[in-house]
Amino acid sequence: MMTTYSKPIPKKPAAGTIRKTIVFIVVVALISWGLEGLNFNGIMPSAQGTLNGMWKGIINPDTAYLLNLTVDGLPYAVLETIAIAISGTFVSGILAIPFALLASQNIVGKRVSKIGKFIITMIRTFPELILALIFIGIVGPGAPAGILALGVHSIGMLGKLYSESIESMDIGVKEALLSCGGNNMEVLFRAVIPQVAPEFLSYTLFRFEINMRAATTLGLVGAGGIGASLIFAIRGRFWERVGIIIIVLVVTVTIIDILSSRIRKKLV
Amino acid sequence: MEQELLTRIPPKPSKIKFYLTIILVFGIILSSALFSGFSIMDIIRNLKYAFRLIDSMFFPPRWDYADNVIKPLLETVQMAILGSFFGAILAFPAALLAASNFIKIKWVNNVTRIMLNFFRTIPALVLAALFVAVFGLGSFSGIVALTIFSFGLISKMTYESIEAIDYGQVEAVISLGGNRLNVFRYAILPQVLPQYISYTLYAFEVNVRAAAVLGYVGAGGIGQYYEIFLNMRRFDFVGIIVLISFLAVLIIDFVSSSIRRRLV
Repeated sequence: MMTTYSKPIPKKPAAGTIRKTIVFIVVVALISWGLEGLNFNGIMPSAQGTLNGMWKGIINPDTAYLLNLTVDGLPYAVLETIAIAISGTFVSGILAIPFALLASQNIVGKRVSKIGKFIITMIRTFPELILALIFIGIVGPGAPAGILALGVHSIGMLGKLYSESIESMDIGVKEALLSCGGNNMEVLFRAVIPQVAPEFLSYTLFRFEINMRAATTLGLVGAGGIGASLIFAIRGRFWERVGIIIIVLVVTVTIIDILSSRIRKKLV
Repeated sequence: MEQELLTRIPPKPSKIKFYLTIILVFGIILSSALFSGFSIMDIIRNLKYAFRLIDSMFFPPRWDYADNVIKPLLETVQMAILGSFFGAILAFPAALLAASNFIKIKWVNNVTRIMLNFFRTIPALVLAALFVAVFGLGSFSGIVALTIFSFGLISKMTYESIEAIDYGQVEAVISLGGNRLNVFRYAILPQVLPQYISYTLYAFEVNVRAAAVLGYVGAGGIGQYYEIFLNMRRFDFVGIIVLISFLAVLIIDFVSSSIRRRLV
């Protein structure tokens, strides 16, 4: 009687097995090729001392540096980093709009939008540190080079997100305005901008969070911000100073992340 | 009376808050620009240097030097592969600990998340500089830095995926008498595995870009040549390195993101 109720378990599909094996072999081959390049020449004899120093630096950070309110102090460097991130985000927020329009199918048509999308991808893959180095060659070392690097590099992400939000825009509102006799400017200000503005702002804030992290490393190449003091402290093995910089960085970035994501939740 | 009610337009809601917000935002932007010494005029004035620099970097590209760039480029890719591989292995247990629907002890979730957040906040370049101090110059320091960086990235995205799974399947396994291991194997893993692999590939893409500049602090890969050639002011060599690593990143991004699109 039982057999009438229970059917045999269906066989596993066999089609995927060969493909899975190939994928598995490729992955293993890639990883073993990677391991070949792993040249571990032992931990340096000084590593133990370095680690001890790092640990000591983290647990008793250089508070004098934190309380130094002059140009050489930590508060100034952190403020400069935030200023670079804000200005860079603002620059890219504006520069990204034309690129986004160029990449949006419903604005320029299918063919042109493909070109626009490719340009945006190219910008995104260009590392910001290299951009910073190039801009240092142009405006000299300092915060402006960092701002320009962030401003140009962020077009890559913002342009893509902006154009996605333009493409998903409700065309009905625009048509309603046109049918009431609205001109192009009215369409722009009453149909397009009110629809995309909250998303644009939200994406820009999200990029600001990323830029905040990026701005901390720009100083390594001389483009302003906290990175310069950090790399000097690491190379000079001033672990107390490294400790305080990393602690302040983590705290600042975390606070900005929390604030920014709260605003973003309200926006969209 | 009725007539009066119909014609009275309700007053517009006050826009003071809106205007104040706009003023505040522009105030912040303007003061950051002033504070960091950013001026459009400087840029316009220096535009000719920009063209000169770009000219010396890319026109004409020094393809004859490209042979010397291939080996460090391959090293960069190797670093990125290992970094994302080890990072992904470490990330899964951490993601399980951080997911509040798998481990239902609140403080374990929170402690894990704070730890992950800490790792994600420190940029890969800074991690690399720290590991160079411990392990010495070379790609090993870079791999360790990328491992930790990808660990933070993958585990955060994975624990968010675990929390977003269909909980019905977990309940189904429990109702059949499954233990925690069965729940993990038959309810959680099948649901998050594609996303987990996709995040690992994403981390790999990010790692390739990061690895291309880690050499700047001495952590191996193609980046170490930037510092050398910039100091020598050989912008033509810098240009070819930028060009080749750019092409490599573009290809890897394309391949990896088309695989990801099929996965999820």
